Amino acid sequence: MENEKTLVMGNVAMSEAAVRAGCRFYAGYPITPQNEVSEYLAKRLPEVGGVFVQAESELAAINMVFGAASTGERAMTSSSSPGISLMQEAISYLAAAQIPCLIANIMRGGPGLGNIQGSQADYFQATRGGGHGDYRLIVLAPWSVQEMYDLTIRGFELGDQYRNPVMLLADGILGQMAESIELKKPGKQKPVPKNWALTGCAGRKPNVVRTLYLQEKDALEQKNAELQAKYELITRELQLSEARFEKDAEIAVIAYGTSARIAHWAVKRARESGIKVGLFRPITLWPFPATALREIAAHCRKLLVVEMSQGQMIEDVRLSRIPATGVDPKIEFLGRGGGWYPKPKELLAKIMEIAK
Amino acid sequence: MNADAKTIRSGRMHYCPVCGHTIAQRMIGDVIDELGIRERTIGTAPVGCAVLLYDYFNCDIIECPHGRIPAVATGIKRMRPENIVFAYGGDGDLLSIGLAETIHCANRGENITMIFINNAVYGMTGGQMAPTTLIGQKTITTPEGRMSTLTGAPLRICEMFDTLASPVFIERVAVHDAPHMHRAKQAIRKAFQNQIEGKGFSFVEILSMCPTHWKMAGKDACQFVGNEMAGYFSIKKFRDVDA
Repeated sequence: MENEKTLVMGNVAMSEAAVRAGCRFYAGYPITPQNEVSEYLAKRLPEVGGVFVQAESELAAINMVFGAASTGERAMTSSSSPGISLMQEAISYLAAAQIPCLIANIMRGGPGLGNIQGSQADYFQATRGGGHGDYRLIVLAPWSVQEMYDLTIRGFELGDQYRNPVMLLADGILGQMAESIELKKPGKQKPVPKNWALTGCAGRKPNVVRTLYLQEKDALEQKNAELQAKYELITRELQLSEARFEKDAEIAVIAYGTSARIAHWAVKRARESGIKVGLFRPITLWPFPATALREIAAHCRKLLVVEMSQGQMIEDVRLSRIPATGVDPKIEFLGRGGGWYPKPKELLAKIMEIAK
Repeated sequence: MNADAKTIRSGRMHYCPVCGHTIAQRMIGDVIDELGIRERTIGTAPVGCAVLLYDYFNCDIIECPHGRIPAVATGIKRMRPENIVFAYGGDGDLLSIGLAETIHCANRGENITMIFINNAVYGMTGGQMAPTTLIGQKTITTPEGRMSTLTGAPLRICEMFDTLASPVFIERVAVHDAPHMHRAKQAIRKAFQNQIEGKGFSFVEILSMCPTHWKMAGKDACQFVGNEMAGYFSIKKFRDVDA
């Protein structure tokens, strides 16, 4: 991966991006469809003085990341849906202790053992908590191999900036798909001081990474208030999205990740038939880019939410408080569950149907 | 900020009278002081009675999810090999919910010091059966006494570790009387010394008293360790790479 341009799988692009972002610790447990990550990093991390550990379970993997990231180093793990379920307890701890790290979920079909096809059925788990307690992850949703690379770097930067765990929410198709990408150099982020890190207490008071607030009066409530204030700040500052053909759109297709890739094709074909349809693509799933969506929805008579699930992001669309206008957009849905994706022509037909 | 400060902070610990945690933690603190490694040390706090360990130790501490101490300690040590990492946990943490992490950490030969407090019962949650509860021992979840037909036999982790190739030091000690305490501290010191010298995984199991949940007077609890627990869990050095 020396050249600036390369043809590479999504899983490998993410892995190389992590190394270039300064990630020096990875722990993971085998699960399809993301095994290329550990295969790549087992070789790559030692080349840069980093550490690769094949953990005995996803529970161990995420807790190794908890330990490694608590020393202030950039650390990550990756898995796919059932494995991410196993990590939820520790993710709650990471969020509570405000330890930045990157967790990649290369989603597969569920529930249960499901299948190994790409899926978007973990949206609720990623954006609503998944683990216990009032916490949020920053959730980034790439739609291309290039973005698997770019958003991995961005994810580490955002994690440090906000002292928060970040989830890269992709799916098996993005992980397995190869595309030509540009290996952009990470921007020069000003190093964020990590005076909370566990490094030994020489010359300072001891640091304690903890999430238990049992005895001190109101301490846990105050800790929650501190977290909520941070989440409100992130919601104000970090709503990332992209829109295409939206200026004069009367219909907006709302989709992220692989669904958005398919929707983009269908929107272009519909435009060729004279349909005024646009694409709105959330890049941060939490915080959900409601502000930008409201602007576009204000001039649409219909919104079509497309997901590789039975309908999860559609709740955030409904919660976006789209103001009632003269046209009052109706929210339509096209979704495929069980690890399947909407066929391009099926999606095009749906757009043509609701355009009538 | 004082390099000469003691590892164990002044003031009372919250443990019950005669509890093994108090003795074990003070021993660990003394050893860290004697080796002069307080400012390099990163410790783990378990879930259970010892979770408040971070209030007593004057060094960097991380409080771990239940059972995941060995995994968290692995992540820290791999990133900070120059630091001294001790993993401290009880029988529920290390032998029940975290048994996989405990065994794999030992089997990888992580260069850490693991201190295991075996008091044959869950303390914080009110005295349930632990993996190490003795046959016949009454707990709130074995009201007629532990029966092997229903719940198996107590887990002997030192003997299990002794089948692994990687650990460099495995010793079971006890803290129910002064001679045993003396040996326990020597074992703890050796387990830290090994890590300083980069030798690998060192493990000390400490047979400890829990008079509250054993529903015993302190003196009787000490005798229970010496007579009953030590009868099943042999007090001995299983492995010493330097011996």
